[in-house]
Amino acid sequence: MGRIAEFIFRRRGGKGWHWTDIVTWVWLIGGLIIMFGPAVWLAFSSFKTPQALAEFPPSLLPYVTQTVQVEGYDKPLQLYDATLPDGSTAELAQVRRIGVIAQLVDPKAPGEIVKVNIKDLKPVQSIGFATENYTEPFVHFDFLRYLWNSVFVTTMATLITLVVNSMAAFALSKYKFRGQSAVMLVILATLMVPLGVIMVPLFSIINALGLFNNLWGVILPTVATPTGVFLLRQYMLTIPDELIDAARMDKASEWLIYWRVVLPLAAPALAVLAIFSVVWRWNDFLWPLIVLSRSSLYTLQVGLNVYAGQLNVQWQFILAMTVVTMIPVVVVFVFLQRFITTGIAGAGLK
Amino acid sequence: MLTPFKLVMGLIDAPLRALQKAAGLNGMAAFFLLPNMAIFGIFVLLPLVINFVYSLTGGTEIFLPQRQFVGMAQYQQIFSCTNYLDPNSCIEDTFWIAARNTALFVIIQVTLMIAVALITALVLNRDIRGRSFWRAVFFFPVLLSPVVTGLIWRWILQRQGLLNLILYDAFGASPATWLADRNWAFTATIGVSIWAHLGFYALILLAGLQAIPKDLYEAAEMDGTRPARVFWRITLPLLAPNLLVVVVLALIRAVQIFDEVFVLTAGGPGTSTLYLIQYIYEKGFASQLRNPGLAAAASILMGAVLVVLTLLQLWFSRSRDQKEAK
Repeated sequence: MGRIAEFIFRRRGGKGWHWTDIVTWVWLIGGLIIMFGPAVWLAFSSFKTPQALAEFPPSLLPYVTQTVQVEGYDKPLQLYDATLPDGSTAELAQVRRIGVIAQLVDPKAPGEIVKVNIKDLKPVQSIGFATENYTEPFVHFDFLRYLWNSVFVTTMATLITLVVNSMAAFALSKYKFRGQSAVMLVILATLMVPLGVIMVPLFSIINALGLFNNLWGVILPTVATPTGVFLLRQYMLTIPDELIDAARMDKASEWLIYWRVVLPLAAPALAVLAIFSVVWRWNDFLWPLIVLSRSSLYTLQVGLNVYAGQLNVQWQFILAMTVVTMIPVVVVFVFLQRFITTGIAGAGLK
Repeated sequence: MLTPFKLVMGLIDAPLRALQKAAGLNGMAAFFLLPNMAIFGIFVLLPLVINFVYSLTGGTEIFLPQRQFVGMAQYQQIFSCTNYLDPNSCIEDTFWIAARNTALFVIIQVTLMIAVALITALVLNRDIRGRSFWRAVFFFPVLLSPVVTGLIWRWILQRQGLLNLILYDAFGASPATWLADRNWAFTATIGVSIWAHLGFYALILLAGLQAIPKDLYEAAEMDGTRPARVFWRITLPLLAPNLLVVVVLALIRAVQIFDEVFVLTAGGPGTSTLYLIQYIYEKGFASQLRNPGLAAAASILMGAVLVVLTLLQLWFSRSRDQKEAK
């Protein structure tokens, strides 16, 4: 034990602890708890039954009250640890409750009914996962539909983003033509046009194109990302022009050069843009909220918000679906976080 | 799997070869730019232009030709106040409440955000074991969708939530409904938005810290300079350009706060967490008394603020680049 502690608390250079070291570790451990804690708490809660969710104080882990099948009763009955009037305790199954008096039977000898005040009852609980929170929304609500819509929007938008932006980046990095700097300037300017400023007229354009209540109305306005053009252009500038000249000598067409020479060489930048695009489009909320008013077209984000905004919120389903919505992003975080952080640190993307 | 892709690309190649013969190399450049520019034009530039015309029209029609020209009436309605310091004296009082809330939110959120992000970056820049892990820890919420962020925190701040559990365990406090209180709800929107975006700014600042030459610190150490002095005389001045960019970026994005707050509090209770984008959204699309023209006018006013902030940012990053060039 002492050796382990020595290893953990050993410092480089064998110097002693300085107050800044303590601040550092308090900050890091605190950060760990504050950054991950809320999501973990949500994930645990998503496995609780509605009864457990309504309890205060809440338990950290999901518990379920155990039930037992008793002869002579159709439904399984809930088990309680009851303190009987004579002071002894027994494990009994509840038949019904009238006011504060519960009627219980012994599961082994179900003939005799015992009446106990509910104050003297404690449910027999064990850790259990209410997996129906996850299956129910898919069966009884439209969540499978929402999931599919989100996947469709994310995939299509990302594919089109990659094609359209790489073509533009190719033109801006490998050709010299009049008006090139003007085009760059326009792209630079639009980099800073937020959706909030143009959403009212954009909505009228989407309507005029017949794309209201259409998933393409969500996809199309997002695909020409200035950030994407920038990222790809910067990367393509590093591809030597000699390669392209050599291909031209071999009578390759420009289109062939684009997709056989430049695209494969730009693969790392394309991968970064693809990761970003997937996260952006999966998380989009305001624009889908405006364009999609028919519930069969909702994306996961819009659907979640609608269910969470109802007067009688069914939290057990909302929590489970929030976890489902989080999964792709968590996968990206675990496996691809490195690419995103270097992308942001390098280009100030987001 | 790649064969059909190659086949399609090959099929496209033949007509494009003909196009290339007709248009020349520069013509091909135009061809490659066309899809992007078309989408840009239709979905970004055109709305930008239409927005100005839109703000001069009235009624609830969606299409511009059917809308009635009203001149500056929408702007007049926004600016008709008897006392500009009191939102309740304005005809369009919700706009001014939203504007005041947003201003207050921006000032407090950006100040706290920069402080927390700077401390985080300084901590991460120290000689710590597993730095990339810790960097990832702070970055995690940045990837979460705003809806998920909003729901996570709604779940924590509700009556049977984690916060009440902690307060109950620690102090025996009775559970409170935090989001039903005006001040707590406002505080919550600030805290949650910092939680969600902190990692992004910390990352940029960390990149700036790592770009500071190590020999400066070594020289300071040899001179026996106190750490506090090193921070004020070396770290902060050399980080200043990055810090300015981060401040402006944080300002621009704080002005546009919407998604998380909409899910967390929906602007309530009352109008205590109503911010500008939500005002525009509700005026333009959601409320009973829709008025897209007024929404457009409000969005232009907000856009003007953003343009000023953007120009500031461009100016800062240019002066930074020039410094680096020297």
